[in-house]
This record gives sequence, C-alpha cells and structure tokens, in this order.
Amino acid sequence: MNRRSVISTGATLLVASMALTACGTRGGDSGGSGDAGGSGDKVVKIGVISPLSGDLSALGLGIQHSVELAAKQANESGDLGDWKIEVAPEDDEGKPEVGKNAASKLASDKDVIGVVGTLNSSVAGPVQPILDKAKITMVSPANTNPTLTRGAKPVDAPARTYDNYFRTCTTDDVQGPFAARYLYEKAGIKELATVHDKKTYGQGLVDAFSAEYKKLGGKIVAAETINPDEDKFSAVVSSLKAKKPKAVYYGGEYPQAAPLSQQMKAGGLDVPLMGGDGIFSGEYIKLAGKGSAGDLATSVGAPTESLEAGKKFLDDYKAAGYSDPAEAYGAYAYDAATAIINAMKVSLKDAETVEDARQATIDAMKDVSFDGVTGKVAFDEYGDTKTRILTVYEVKGGAWKDVNTEEFK
Amino acid sequence: MELVAQQIVNGLTIGSLYALIAVGYTVVYGIIQLINFAHGEIFMIGAFGALSTSLILFPGQTALWTLPLILIGAVAAAVAVAVVMERIAYRPLRNAPRLAPLITAIGISVFLQELVRVGYNDPTLFISDANPFDFPSAKQKVVFPRVDGISGESFDLGGIILQRPAIFTVACLAISAIWLWYYINRTRSGRAMQAVSQDPDTARLMGINVDRIIVTAFAIGAALAAVAGVAYGLQTTNINFKMGFIYGLKAFTAAVLGGIGNIQGAVVGGLVLGILESIAIQYFPGGSPWKDIWAFSILILVLVFRPQGIMGAKVVDRA
Repeated sequence: MNRRSVISTGATLLVASMALTACGTRGGDSGGSGDAGGSGDKVVKIGVISPLSGDLSALGLGIQHSVELAAKQANESGDLGDWKIEVAPEDDEGKPEVGKNAASKLASDKDVIGVVGTLNSSVAGPVQPILDKAKITMVSPANTNPTLTRGAKPVDAPARTYDNYFRTCTTDDVQGPFAARYLYEKAGIKELATVHDKKTYGQGLVDAFSAEYKKLGGKIVAAETINPDEDKFSAVVSSLKAKKPKAVYYGGEYPQAAPLSQQMKAGGLDVPLMGGDGIFSGEYIKLAGKGSAGDLATSVGAPTESLEAGKKFLDDYKAAGYSDPAEAYGAYAYDAATAIINAMKVSLKDAETVEDARQATIDAMKDVSFDGVTGKVAFDEYGDTKTRILTVYEVKGGAWKDVNTEEFK
Repeated sequence: MELVAQQIVNGLTIGSLYALIAVGYTVVYGIIQLINFAHGEIFMIGAFGALSTSLILFPGQTALWTLPLILIGAVAAAVAVAVVMERIAYRPLRNAPRLAPLITAIGISVFLQELVRVGYNDPTLFISDANPFDFPSAKQKVVFPRVDGISGESFDLGGIILQRPAIFTVACLAISAIWLWYYINRTRSGRAMQAVSQDPDTARLMGINVDRIIVTAFAIGAALAAVAGVAYGLQTTNINFKMGFIYGLKAFTAAVLGGIGNIQGAVVGGLVLGILESIAIQYFPGGSPWKDIWAFSILILVLVFRPQGIMGAKVVDRA
C-alpha cells in the first residue's frame, strides 16, 4: 500500500469514526430513580430524557432531579391510590440520535405513561414521533422551537404536529422578540450583531429575534455563525468588532456562549452579549469569568424565587439534598411532571394497566390547569403553555439578577 | 488594512496551535508511516495534565512562576501517555498490515476521550474512590487555571488587538520550531532519526536503536502537543474532554497541507490553514458560516495541483 492510499484510508476511517462516535450511547449515569415502588403497589413510570452527561448536563440533571422531587411528593400525598410513581431517567447527551434511542427504550417499557423532556429542540424532533406512536405523553420543560407544536409554518399556518406533545416553557417566537424589544426599547441599543451556533435552537432564536428587531427599526450590522465544536472565536470577534455593534445577540447555549463572551472582551469588543434561556446558567458565569458582567439573558416565566410556590419548590429541592442544582429548567420540569401527574389522576383511576391509560392521559392533558411553581400551567390547542411571561436577567456581581419581568403581548 | 492585520494575527494564533499539534503527526508519520489519530487526544491529555498539576501543587495560585510548572506537568502527562501508547498499542503491530495500527489509533483515541470523561474526577477503577485534590468533573467544560501576565489585558497596537495568550502561543511555536530544527539537524539522535526515517533496516545495521528513536519521535510530538494544550487552555480559559478531536482533525489537515513527513511543512501548513480560516471569515463571500467550506476547498485545490503538499512530503516511499 503506498503512502497516498494510507492517507486516503485514514481520512475515510476518520470520517467513519466521526459518524460512530455520534451514535455511541454514553449511558452509565442514568440509573438512580426517585422511588422504589412500595410492596404490592402498581408501578407507573415517568421517563426523563435530557442530557445527563456532557456539556449540558448541568441543565439536564436539574431537570431529572426536579421530576424526581415531583414524583416523590405525589407518592407521599397518596393522591394516586395504589399507584406508585417511579422515575426512569435516560441520557440523551444533547444529541438527536442518542435521544432517539432513549425514546425507543422508554416506549418499549409498558409501565411508562409520560416523559418529561427533552432539553434540546433538536433532540425533541426525533423523539416526538416515537413517543407519539406509543401514545406516551411528552412534556418538555425547555424546548423553545415553535415548529415542535405548530408545524413547519408556525406563524402563517400553524398545525399541530403531535397530539402527545406539550411544553411548559414559552417559545423562540416569543423569547427572541422579547429580547429584541428589551434591547431596542429599554436598553436603547439600535445597532447590533447576531451570532448563532447553527443548531435548531440557536438559529430559530436568532431568526425570531432578527425579524422583530428589524421591525422595530434596529439595524443588524453583522450576522455570523460559529462552529460549536471549536472554542476559538477570535477571528469572528475581529470581524464583528470591525462592524462596531453595540451588543451581540447570541443564539445557542452556555458552553459556547461563555468562551465567546470571554473572547469578545479579550479581543477588544467590550459590549454586552445577550442570549436566550440556553445561556441562563450559573456555569455561564463560571466559564466566562469576570468579563461576563453586564451580559444579558432572557428566560421563560418569572424568576422562580419571586413566586411563593417557586420559593417553596427551591426550598424543597434543597431539602431533598440532590447533588446538582435545579438550574434554569428545574421549576419547569417540576411543573411538567406535575401536569402529567394531574392528568394521571384522571386517566389512571379506572385503568387496569398503564398501557390502557396512555391515550386517556393525553386526552386529560388538555384539561390540566393548576398553579405551578412557575405560574399558571395550562396548555392551548397546540400544546403550548398559555402563560407567556418572560424575564430579562443580567450578570451582576457574579450572579444572574432579574432586571425586567413582563408578559409578552 | 488594520483589519487584515488583525485577522492575520488571529490566523497566526490558531495556526500556531494547529502547527504545534501537526508536528506530532508528521514526525511519527515520517518514521513509521503511521497516522496516529490518537494524537489529538494527547493534546487534550496535555491540557488536563496542566490542570491537574495546578490543582495538586498550587490550587488557586495564579502567579507567573506557576507557568513553567504547569508546562512541565502537561508535557509529563502527555509524554507518559504517548510512550505507553506506543509500547502497548503500536509496537506489537509494527509489522502488521498498515490498516491494523490505523484502527488501533482510532480505538485509542476513543479510549482516551472516554477515560478522561468518566475517570478524571472518579479514578475508582485505578486508584481509590477518593478525590483528594478536588478534581472537577470532566463531563462538562472545565475552567483552566489562569496565569498572571499571560491571561491579562490585551495589548492594543494601533487598533490591532494582541491578546497575551496569543503572543504566548506564537512564541511557543517559534521556540519549539527552532529547538526542533536544531535537534533534528545538529544532534546525534536527531540525525539518527533522519536515518531511521530514510531506511530503518540499514539504520539498525549501523547500530542505531530503532525502537528508541521511534519512542523519541512519539515523545517529541506529545511534548509539543502538550504545549499546545496549555496554550489552548490559556486562550479559551476552559478545556473539555473532546477538544482533541476537532483540533486533531485540523492539525492532520495542516500536516497534509504542508506535506506529511516534513516538519517545516507541518509548521507552514498549520499557519496557512489558520490564516486561511481567519481571512475567509472576514473577506470571503458568506462570512463565518462559509469559512470551513472555503478553507477546505483551498485545501483540496492545493492537493489536486500539488499532492505532495506545500513544502513537499519528505518520506522515502517504501510501499
């Protein structure tokens, strides 16, 4: 074999290995579940699909533990008669292929009635149809891409895609414009640049943001993208700096947003970076360092600690002694699990097996309405939450502080 | 004009990282015709070695005197892993068909990534379940230690921003390149390395310990990759277990672009690839979304018209 063919075989192998590593499941962290069913009780499971390992595990573990907390409290209350709830967490690593495997695994478990997840909109895509086919209710605490509920044309011709899918958070077509209005009207920034990471969430957020910002009269001086696998963004930063934006709106999550913010400041572009709920995490401040002061994020709902019920949730969460904090989506995951549990109270009453109750649970979700820890929880005809309250947070003194909470109209 | 200069500075910075890693691909390839795809992971191990050194010896300390120590820690970790890897995984396959070590290399790459990912703060399998130095979980990004004087304020040179870690990176490349040139051309073992690269059998007959030369080649590549790992950590302020993959891929590209087997070629290839990417972001149509398309189109063009790479491959073909 001559030299050139070694190189070409090598390149082929490399590509193949890329494909393979993308498929490999990295389980191992999923195992512990909230409660072991009591003696003689009938077991019903709520699955969790979220990143329990990898970059986004801080958010994913917060979701898992919050669902465990909801299940534990429901079991203690005894509202479900002789049914005992167990939590079945599955790791999706933030990857669509892995999420698909997790969904198939849960769908084949006859005790699963509902699933809380996923974190990433891009993972929700392949998970939806699998759970829909098995008639398993899916409630996401964090998917913000509008097409997941309203089909390919969410604004012009909304059409519900999957009857089993609901979410407790607001979507990008609300969050993006909300950020645009804040920057243009409240912060008085009329010229900015956008950057996104080419993933479903980031791109959707930036698209929705840009449309509203332009409508308000703002000018987008540069629209760039970054490659999420690289952490060196200096060339993009220099290119942005030349256009003199007054702020940078970033569509993506904190593992890339934090180094981008840090490199912007080091590269002489000293303007705030604003992002969506994907960067609203304590990890962001830790990774971005001191330069992150003044950076902004929007997140769905009012600040959890500002609501009475939210405060109680955080106290309960602390008291339960989970190793990881609830993070941005903990309260939404708790409400998502509570919504499923409320629907189960209706559907499980006369059911013999969990499988019989699956369709009834989906039907009961439409009538679910309660005061959750994030505010009022109820779903519209597409499965979206009826509450459209958002909050802008700013990094001050090394922590996220809420600066503006408003209902989006 | 300022902007061109700025983007060239950015390109040199990232290109220096590519170049430092690419040397490892090229040195090993030049001697045993093995594309060591696990080399990107050595870069990652170097960064984690530096982090561990800092956490074990002086947690929280950021003074400048820590820099040589974390560099030594990084190099020690990377060289140790590379030497063990060569001994266990590559030497037994020395005379096997070429595909075998190639597959092994990919296996090692996955092995090392996963080992760091699950084992970094939980060495239960090997040592104990204790974590006396408070190693953070490597399952997500880990904050890299700062070094005063290297991670501080940027310099502003008439509108061109020079970041301190960037200057450090380029300086590392310059020093490494000069040392490497001296080593290969002026020392006994360097000349022995050239001899083995040209004809290992004759070199062996002349009394050269070929095995030792091969280990040396792995060690040199690992040391340079470890330096790149530290430079990367200082530049981006955080590291992660999979950082070796994309940088390994880019560095391999740089090595081929410069002419595989040719050390000057690896350096030139790395710098050219880095500058190409930066310039493409600024000046090519499409901007940052298109940068990899432009950079790799140019790579393909170069290889179509000059398959031996920019500087020419320097390997005696022994098919």
